[in-house]
Amino acid sequence: MNTIINFLFAAVKNGAPLLLGTTGEIITEKSGSLNLGVEGIMALGAFAGYYAAYRTGSLIMAILAAFIVGALAGLIFAFLTVTLQANQNVTGLTLTIFGSGVALFFGEILIKQRPKLSAALNNLLSGTEIPLLSRIPVLGRILFSQNILVYLAIIIAVLAGVYLKYTRIGLKVRAVGENPAAADASGINVSLTRYVNAMLGGGICGIGGAYLSLINGRGDWDNNSVSGQGWISVALVIFARWSPFGALLGSLVFGAFYVFQIRVNDIVATFPFLSFLSGIPNAFYSMLPFVITALVLVISSVKRKKIGVQPSSCGVNYYREDR
Amino acid sequence: MTETVNAKGSVPKYAIELKGITKRFGTVVANNNIDLSVKRGEILALLGENGSGKTTLMNMLSGIYHPDSGSVFIDGKRVVINSPEDAKKLGIGMIHQHFKLVDVLTAADNILMGAKEHGIFLTRKRFEKVREVCKKYGLNVDMEKYVYNMSVSEKQALEIAKVLYYGASILILDEPTAVLTPQETKHLFEILRSMRDQGCAIVIITHKLNEVLEISDRVTILRKGESVATVETRNTNAEELTELMVGRKVSLEIERPQVKVGQNLLHVHHLTIENSDGVEVIKDVSFDLNEGEILGVAGIAGSGQKELCEAIAGLHPIKKGAILYKDENIERKTPRELINLGISMSFIPEDRLGMGLAASLDITDNMMLKNYTKGRSPFVDRKSAAETAKRIVKELDIVTPSINTPVRRLSGGNVQKVLLGREIDGNPKVLITAYPVRGLDINSSYTIYNLLNKQKKNGAGILFIGEDLDVMLELCDRIMVLCQGRVSGIVKASEVTKEQLGLMMTRLNESEVEKNAG
Amino acid sequence: MPDNVNGGGIPANFRAKEPPFRVVKRAELPFKKLVIFYAISILVAAFIGGVFIALNGVNPFAYFKEVFSGCFRSGVAFRGLVRIIVPLLMVSLGVILAFKMKYWNIGAEGQLIMGAVFATWASRSFPGLPTPIMLIVMAAAGIIGGGLWGLITAFFKCRFNTNETLFTLMLNYVAFYIVDYLRNGPWQADPGFPGIGRLAANSRLPQLFRLDISWIVAIALLFFIYVYLNYTKQGYEISVVGDSISTARYAGMNVNRIIRRTMFMSAGICGLAGMLKVSGAVSNYTLDTGIAAGVGFTAISVAWLAKLNPFGVFVVSFLFGVLEKGCSVAESTFHLSAAVTEILQGLILFTILGSDFFIRYKLQRTAGRRKLGEHNN
Repeated sequence: MNTIINFLFAAVKNGAPLLLGTTGEIITEKSGSLNLGVEGIMALGAFAGYYAAYRTGSLIMAILAAFIVGALAGLIFAFLTVTLQANQNVTGLTLTIFGSGVALFFGEILIKQRPKLSAALNNLLSGTEIPLLSRIPVLGRILFSQNILVYLAIIIAVLAGVYLKYTRIGLKVRAVGENPAAADASGINVSLTRYVNAMLGGGICGIGGAYLSLINGRGDWDNNSVSGQGWISVALVIFARWSPFGALLGSLVFGAFYVFQIRVNDIVATFPFLSFLSGIPNAFYSMLPFVITALVLVISSVKRKKIGVQPSSCGVNYYREDR
Repeated sequence: MTETVNAKGSVPKYAIELKGITKRFGTVVANNNIDLSVKRGEILALLGENGSGKTTLMNMLSGIYHPDSGSVFIDGKRVVINSPEDAKKLGIGMIHQHFKLVDVLTAADNILMGAKEHGIFLTRKRFEKVREVCKKYGLNVDMEKYVYNMSVSEKQALEIAKVLYYGASILILDEPTAVLTPQETKHLFEILRSMRDQGCAIVIITHKLNEVLEISDRVTILRKGESVATVETRNTNAEELTELMVGRKVSLEIERPQVKVGQNLLHVHHLTIENSDGVEVIKDVSFDLNEGEILGVAGIAGSGQKELCEAIAGLHPIKKGAILYKDENIERKTPRELINLGISMSFIPEDRLGMGLAASLDITDNMMLKNYTKGRSPFVDRKSAAETAKRIVKELDIVTPSINTPVRRLSGGNVQKVLLGREIDGNPKVLITAYPVRGLDINSSYTIYNLLNKQKKNGAGILFIGEDLDVMLELCDRIMVLCQGRVSGIVKASEVTKEQLGLMMTRLNESEVEKNAG
Repeated sequence: MPDNVNGGGIPANFRAKEPPFRVVKRAELPFKKLVIFYAISILVAAFIGGVFIALNGVNPFAYFKEVFSGCFRSGVAFRGLVRIIVPLLMVSLGVILAFKMKYWNIGAEGQLIMGAVFATWASRSFPGLPTPIMLIVMAAAGIIGGGLWGLITAFFKCRFNTNETLFTLMLNYVAFYIVDYLRNGPWQADPGFPGIGRLAANSRLPQLFRLDISWIVAIALLFFIYVYLNYTKQGYEISVVGDSISTARYAGMNVNRIIRRTMFMSAGICGLAGMLKVSGAVSNYTLDTGIAAGVGFTAISVAWLAKLNPFGVFVVSFLFGVLEKGCSVAESTFHLSAAVTEILQGLILFTILGSDFFIRYKLQRTAGRRKLGEHNN
């Protein structure tokens, strides 16, 4: 039983940065921008978050710094694609290359300083049990004994889901992402909407990056904390079917796959009937999320689904006097 | 309650006043110095053939286009309408021909997405609020239904509800009855009348004379981008309107060589075609096209001409009926097979660079669009294409820096000369050409007519879809009139008058004419 | 809900503002002006980059000089440069085939990997073959492997309109983990630690001028692609499909077949690049997860900058190669992280993407602001 609980605990912990990255990208894509620069944004956020934490010792400053940096990256994306009408795919990929490069550059400088986070901060990040709730059997350990950034991620995801689905502004965002011409005709400012949401989404992705450098580094600075999780987040958007609520579950699943391959031996030891699983190579678990996501993509298009698919105008720039 | 401020201190006479509006798209003048006015409490019909500039003009009121010159007055005040948002603020609501709806949202959400109301959350109450509006005006819309599940007429009702919800008091409807049944049309008109009586100003763009006579108070007629006349509906009749719409017959002296009509080439048999929205645009149409004749197709644009052309060329599926070429069924053939049979189609859409040409390729490359597969070599034969290009450029007097200029850089009429030149040069058996001289100058037009006549003498069968009745009366041997997807009549060009054609285009038969005249 | 059914009229404080500028589509620019725009963009990028470098305490002029000269100062350096350029050039050429059809193939990375996988499989499955035959077989395997990897997405795109950007992206990861699986499992050479063994001697590319011959293949491919796109019927079809699908159908073309065929070729070229990499000295004749190392993504930037023109691709690959090699040389001289490469690449891309706007559109002055009640008589 303990094994399962520990497993799920680790799954949530590993899924949290993905949850942030995915939620941010969902917001961006729902407004019509396909930002393939998530990997670069998370790298920038990882650096900014860690650096702010290192210099100020304040977690709040770290989160703020990561958010601002991510939002700036989103701003660059929006400016290029919305105002200058540049191709979204190329712009996003450029942002990945550029963002990763900038983060790496400053990261290498930082390494030479051999930074360490303050003990107080480390303590804070190692875990915060929520009073009362953490005493609940099973769930208390899995959900309510996590570190503070996990709670933040979950809150952000829930807020994002409510934002998109249940608020008036969210309605406008969805309209812009689906049919900007119709939104424009209704008087919605398409450009502003895309700008704001690309920045908001970028900022949240930035926080996701900060999670990786702050939590996984365990106080030290790891230059490679992001390494692919930005791309996984892009995949997770599809798997979550463009819903932050879906991302809650999806990030758990993706996190679980990752943890599973590390702990497969423990699990097989606890549950001998699962011994066949130890024969399955690790790569399979790493691959599975992407395979499943590809299947989700294909099945949605085969079934011509209307709901839970990529917003119709996502990836396409809007220009009003197009005749 | 807002106050209307006016320089003269009195209630303005006109809700809308357009003065000297001019709008160009490149070299095409869509609106030329147009004046228009609409009072509050009246319904104005905007009548005109396609290409007359009706929609462009109204789009300036809805904030989508900006006039190059001229001014717009709303309730006596000069305004500049930069965006649909400005139009909305001014109380202008436009119902477009092509709906601007978001498929994956509900009806209520489509209405509410433009709302500036306070309140953060979408509550269930929102369905009730919009339902109230609909009830008030008698509209039947299921607020919780997703748009992708709706029928065409439901979508239109939604568009109207949307505009009314925002308190529009100036309503512009662009060909609203095209998708409605007679019953629904009647209902729509009741709604419009009630709005008019409550003080709204309504503009209805239409080409259906019977509706113009039924619902409007005044009519403004546009022709070729200019305002021709404005009349009181009660003082006019169908004939006068038709004459204003089509204009007097102009003698053009286009040659019509007498050619012995040969065997039957195309036999179209009870053809029914649906467009991409699922609306039947061609209904039970039958006709023949023979060797050595030019069959004109007249009709208000949107009567299904585009789909008819595409169906014969194998580019659009047909719902019912058959198409026979020399007694062989061709409905299921691929475009390539049809090209090889010698059926050629050239369709000049409004923006000219439609499907017939590859905009970013040069003239030479566009010349070989249909015959590039000739020969066994894996390489394209640019040499002969270049020769063809040079020849056609010379023959048709195409203005271009060189034959290697990308087609999209050519101005207006030159683009369609390239297209036509290519089609005609292929010596097709069946030549379907739609709006070939749209926007061309006189000399170029005559060159085209001569080329068409040459093909006719060679035994080709030509289907000529056109806008200009004068041209068709002189050039074509027979004319088929389409109205709302059906054949109104097929007549010999030498035996019919322009007015008769006009009437057939708007499908008023004798009895209706009498009813309206009385 | 606003209540102005009685002909409410305009609120007294309604201000009608015309924006001072309006964005209008521009007519075509002559080639010379285009070059000037691009030159200015690159200079702007270099300027910003230079400022950044200066802020780090390094003389930017000295830095750039080192970047350029560092690639050419010795045979070793130059060969290093070529080794960077060759795969980038090849993959970019593959990418432009797809992009010309407006098919957004983001999966070049995975297609390269699969080409390497299939090539390795061929090497392992036919051990006895003489080298020239072996290499040809491997090349074929590489093309087929990469090609199939891309064809899957084309099939679904044509049939079900499945989004190709996302699908090709996903397949990148699947390919990556397939290699991971192979190196930890069936192809693991040393039971002690993961890794696929080196290819047998017969599967290694011969060398010319102390470089494996992949550069010859790349140059040949450059000319092949140029001829293919500009002079063949298939190339013509690609340009028509990329211009407008409806025009292509009108011309009687089988659009789906063209998309599938072109995508197979595009991905196949990436696969061939993968085979050359794995058979080449740089990778130490072994397949590993790092075989692609981001080339698939950089290639997309290269293809775009080159405006999908084969010789443009050559120029841009060369430039990017110089940046990459040069910055790593400069790293040891100036102790500035080689990450400057990516920063400079990004800056160039941003400025060119930005200048594209001014090439396509221009700002047109309007009459300016106008208040309500002012008449223009």
